[in-house]
Amino acid sequence: MKRAGFTTVWLPIALLLPQLMIIAIFFYWPAAWAVQSSFYLQDPFGFGSTFVGVENYTDLMTNTEYGKVARFTLIYTALVTFFSLSIALLLAVKADKVIKGAKSYRTLLMWVYAIAPPVAGFLGLMFFDQRNGPMTEMFQTLGWDFRLGADYNSTATAMVIVAVWKQIPVNFIFFLSGLQSIPKSVREAALIDNRSASGRFWDVTFPLLAPTAFFLLIINITYALFDTFGIIDTLVRSEPGNNPVTLVYKVFVDGFRGNDLGGSSAQSVILMVLVLLLTVFQFRLIERRIHYT
Amino acid sequence: MAQVTLDRVRKTYPNGFEAVQPCSVKIPDGELVVLVGPSGCGKSTLLRMIAGLEDITDGALSIGTDVVNDKDPADRNIAMVFQNYALYPHMSVAKNMGYGLKNRGASKAEIDAKVQEAARILNLGDYLDRRPSQLSGGQRQRVAMGRAIVRDPELFLFDEPLSNLDAKLRNQMRIEIRALQQRLGVTSVYVTHDQVEAMTMADRIIVLNAGRVEQIGTPTEIYEYPASTFVAGFMGAPPMNLLTAQIFEGALKLNEDTVLPITAPAGMGHKVLVGLRPEDVRLGGDGSVLFNVEIVEELGANRLLHGKLGGQDFSLSVGKDEAARTGVQPITLPVARVHFFDPDRGTRI
Repeated sequence: MKRAGFTTVWLPIALLLPQLMIIAIFFYWPAAWAVQSSFYLQDPFGFGSTFVGVENYTDLMTNTEYGKVARFTLIYTALVTFFSLSIALLLAVKADKVIKGAKSYRTLLMWVYAIAPPVAGFLGLMFFDQRNGPMTEMFQTLGWDFRLGADYNSTATAMVIVAVWKQIPVNFIFFLSGLQSIPKSVREAALIDNRSASGRFWDVTFPLLAPTAFFLLIINITYALFDTFGIIDTLVRSEPGNNPVTLVYKVFVDGFRGNDLGGSSAQSVILMVLVLLLTVFQFRLIERRIHYT
Repeated sequence: MAQVTLDRVRKTYPNGFEAVQPCSVKIPDGELVVLVGPSGCGKSTLLRMIAGLEDITDGALSIGTDVVNDKDPADRNIAMVFQNYALYPHMSVAKNMGYGLKNRGASKAEIDAKVQEAARILNLGDYLDRRPSQLSGGQRQRVAMGRAIVRDPELFLFDEPLSNLDAKLRNQMRIEIRALQQRLGVTSVYVTHDQVEAMTMADRIIVLNAGRVEQIGTPTEIYEYPASTFVAGFMGAPPMNLLTAQIFEGALKLNEDTVLPITAPAGMGHKVLVGLRPEDVRLGGDGSVLFNVEIVEELGANRLLHGKLGGQDFSLSVGKDEAARTGVQPITLPVARVHFFDPDRGTRI
């Protein structure tokens, strides 16, 4: 086999340079800067900084507030990922069976995709409004004194609901196309082999959707961890004190509201390591068990 | 094992298209029936109705003594082999074969025994742990067969199972499937568009055209006594010659110069279609019928001569030992093996 190749070394380097520069300037440089500043304690008024070693990290480890936010982030991510994946899967399975008006049905389900996170947060504000929000009224009818922005659990619930609502269309599109790529005859073979519809789903359809689901799992965890920033920012109304926030939001609050750049940087570094571990874990452990056809 | 009865089974789609016109067939226990016809003739639709993958618009379908119109595919006690095998890509060969049994509550030991037995019959013993993607086309075909036989069904359904294989493997699998079916004695319905497969495998052939049954019969009956010009042209390669002849005072005239030395059938109008199998016609003769050969097709075992007879397309087949050349030459028509068809309706006279 003939190998295609460059005759000089400089051409490939020149072609890669723009991409490498973007990564270097927008990722490696800030990352390196964050690692460096995480070892310093910054003067809040910008008069200089002192080297403090790993003190920023040890502070975080012993800080009960940080532990609380970390725990909330974990639960929040798990809930958002679980509900946005499972609801989207349910909708996709049902939409896949619709024959009449399938196109308009699907378009309607995908619409929310086009909404930006802060706008989604703002819509959430209206839905969960204390005085006349329909969701608030619904919860109150069910006997729950729902108070967005004042009650920890209320805000957490609203955050999860809005984040899930915003993410469902993306998952829906992927699940639907995944379902439609399963050969019709394989489903028909299952129809002859198994009389139970749920049995067919878990034995045949779901395993064949697994590559899609695995991809979406990564996308959704990342989404819940990082991309829900806009939703949270709108819903907590810049009152992070008595409201639940995620780790990413805390990085922003501590760094830019509290002017604790060193502590904030340490948190960023921890998040980077977390994402790195998550990625390695997902690709090493989970992907190996998934069958790609 | 069971006999299958179709009683005026019909399929109409919501848009009004009639895919299968009312069709009544009785398939005796243990027979292999081939549904054959060109694409779009409704043969797959008919098979899928028997399988339960398509609703039956009208009529009754019975497997054994039960009418199964409203039964789920899984409750009909059938097994189906699909054109593209339709194996479960995420399951091993053994799991693929055992899946249907597992869902019927068979014990693990029973499933194992049946899968082993099927693997032995189909020479798949070494591949039981492999995934379908690690197998060749022929092996996948065997797994699909294995999945069908472990279920011990009353009825096998085959939907063009060989059309994805290359010619050599197709011939081999054709014989294997036929041998297996005869050994197991399971009633089978086999769909194909290939008339060679139909002729070689079938106990009985059902020829379909545009959703209508053209003829039901044994391969010999279909070949020797085609019920219509469609069947005559579809079954047999090269197809039967169909010549339009004028009946003039009891003689069959192709044109002013060519009169066929064949007696016209009684009671006809002034036109008739004359059917002649290419292999029934001989080269040489008294010169009363002259064939203008334009092309000689070399097939190894025999040769096909294509050209014009009385201005109409005509072919004949000669053995490999006979000399074949182009140009005008005398031929002899088989007086005893002439088929007559109604020129308007295409039916046999």
